[in-house]
Amino acid sequence: MIRLAVISGKGGTGKTMVTAALAHLYTGSQVLADCDVDAANLELILNPTLLCTDPFMGMKSALIDPAACVKCAECEAYCRFNAVDWTGTVFRINPFRCEGCAVCTSVCPVTAITMQPRQTGEIRYSDTSLGHLVHARLVPGAGNSGLLVHAVKKTALERDGACDRFIIDGPPGTGCPLISTISGVNAVLVVTEPSVSGLHDLKRVIKVCQQFRPLIMVAINRFDLDAFQAGAIEIWCRTENIPLVGKIPFDPAVIQAVRTGIPVTQAGASPAAQAIQILAANLEQELKHSGNQQ
Amino acid sequence: MKLVVASGKGGTGKSMVASNLAFTLVSSGQQVTLVDCDVEEPNLHLFFRAPATTADVTVPVPVIEEFACKHCGKCGEFCQYGALTVLPDRVLFFPELCHSCGGCTLVCPKRAIREEPKRVGTLATSTPLPGLTLISGTLDTGSPHAVPVIREAKKQASGDPEVIFDTAPGTSCPVVEALDGCDACILVTESTPFGLHDLQLAVDVAARLGIPAGVVINRSDGKDEATTRFCIDHDLEILLTIPFDREIAAIQSRGDLLCRARPAWQKDFTALLLKCRALAGVEP
Repeated sequence: MIRLAVISGKGGTGKTMVTAALAHLYTGSQVLADCDVDAANLELILNPTLLCTDPFMGMKSALIDPAACVKCAECEAYCRFNAVDWTGTVFRINPFRCEGCAVCTSVCPVTAITMQPRQTGEIRYSDTSLGHLVHARLVPGAGNSGLLVHAVKKTALERDGACDRFIIDGPPGTGCPLISTISGVNAVLVVTEPSVSGLHDLKRVIKVCQQFRPLIMVAINRFDLDAFQAGAIEIWCRTENIPLVGKIPFDPAVIQAVRTGIPVTQAGASPAAQAIQILAANLEQELKHSGNQQ
Repeated sequence: MKLVVASGKGGTGKSMVASNLAFTLVSSGQQVTLVDCDVEEPNLHLFFRAPATTADVTVPVPVIEEFACKHCGKCGEFCQYGALTVLPDRVLFFPELCHSCGGCTLVCPKRAIREEPKRVGTLATSTPLPGLTLISGTLDTGSPHAVPVIREAKKQASGDPEVIFDTAPGTSCPVVEALDGCDACILVTESTPFGLHDLQLAVDVAARLGIPAGVVINRSDGKDEATTRFCIDHDLEILLTIPFDREIAAIQSRGDLLCRARPAWQKDFTALLLKCRALAGVEP
């Protein structure tokens, strides 16, 4: 199985659109995962039929029993996350700030604090016309998105590990969810855009990827919106010896396809669809060359 | 006023709105501090280039004094993150899993654990324009923990009266950390199903934190009905609509500011600021 993650560094460059189109063009057996668990959008294109859900339990959260609390304020003094609030009458845990470390339980002299399990999300296993999709919903404002990403990937591999390909729609950024997404993948496709921000963020995310040693490829979306910046990205990729596998033009057909809720390659011929077909062919070539093709 | 610019979806134009608001404020002679809380991919310094002084952001991590450690296993048992594994003859520490809670130092019966600072990122402070202080938090590449860097960046600006925070996309801990304690929140969206779906999540986060929010629609192609309907249904004011325009895209992509390249836009951003002050309930 080839595990391919589509990521971007900068948000909003077109990861989900490209992921859906690649999945649509791939002819082998595949399982898909949406690891942008904060704001999962792949389901809006793939029209999934929900098969089952699993609760996602994040880190436990502290709970103070007001009847047992002697108001000594030790918990407040030791909590490094500022998660203990004094309301004027009682001490209370702020669940947004609590990171579940349990230090408060160990310093409380009267054991008034317990750690409570909390559900911070849901893992969804669905069927789509392109294969099974594992997606998730994080409770807005909850932490542990990296853990949830791990759980999403694990579900996909446990249930559909026999597929030829595992395609992951990744999160933006370089932190915990991104690291969790790219760990253990064979290849990453970084979708960028022609802007100073795009190139800056591309360089940073590739630096993170290189620590994991997957095959790294780049695609420029909406490349024609700034030919100069697109050129700067091309030159940088060449200097770094990173294959540029595709250049997708700005094309209203993309937004139209998203509004219809289908992959752009399924929406009939368009400049963007054509560019993604070339991108997909180049990507297969790169996978083959890197020895990842089974 | 502490104003935060957020969005569920990435790439909707948060940095664009934050940077142009700051530019408009200083252009009218006011003082403002702009804080880049998108520490995983900070971009504001690309729009305000200036020499900066940088300082390391560190977090405390445990160091086991092997001579004192009896390998009793208490620290490993206590650590909720699995960052410590105690073997019969040594202790393994996984710094990327550590949340720096200090719990291991508290439970060690031999006091064999001390803490030392570990760098996770940097803060760069600059004065790119008269009246403008820019504080950029940057997470070290490969470090998973964005929150301590955001916390430090916010702390640095905590004494300033007029602060604009730019955040990471999403709805999880980095966003909550950035929003916490702000007076008003601008949610930037685009009129696509993705934009609307993620706007709904972002509205939820702001509401849970009790922060008044309003919406900016960016790159509008005129088909904003669904977003507009959602905003009306949820009593959210649409503070500003910015059309899709190749020229605006080009200004942004080369690292320029809309309000500098097209000064007529300053009027719109001034109006946006006034609406935010009204949202926050502060004097204009």
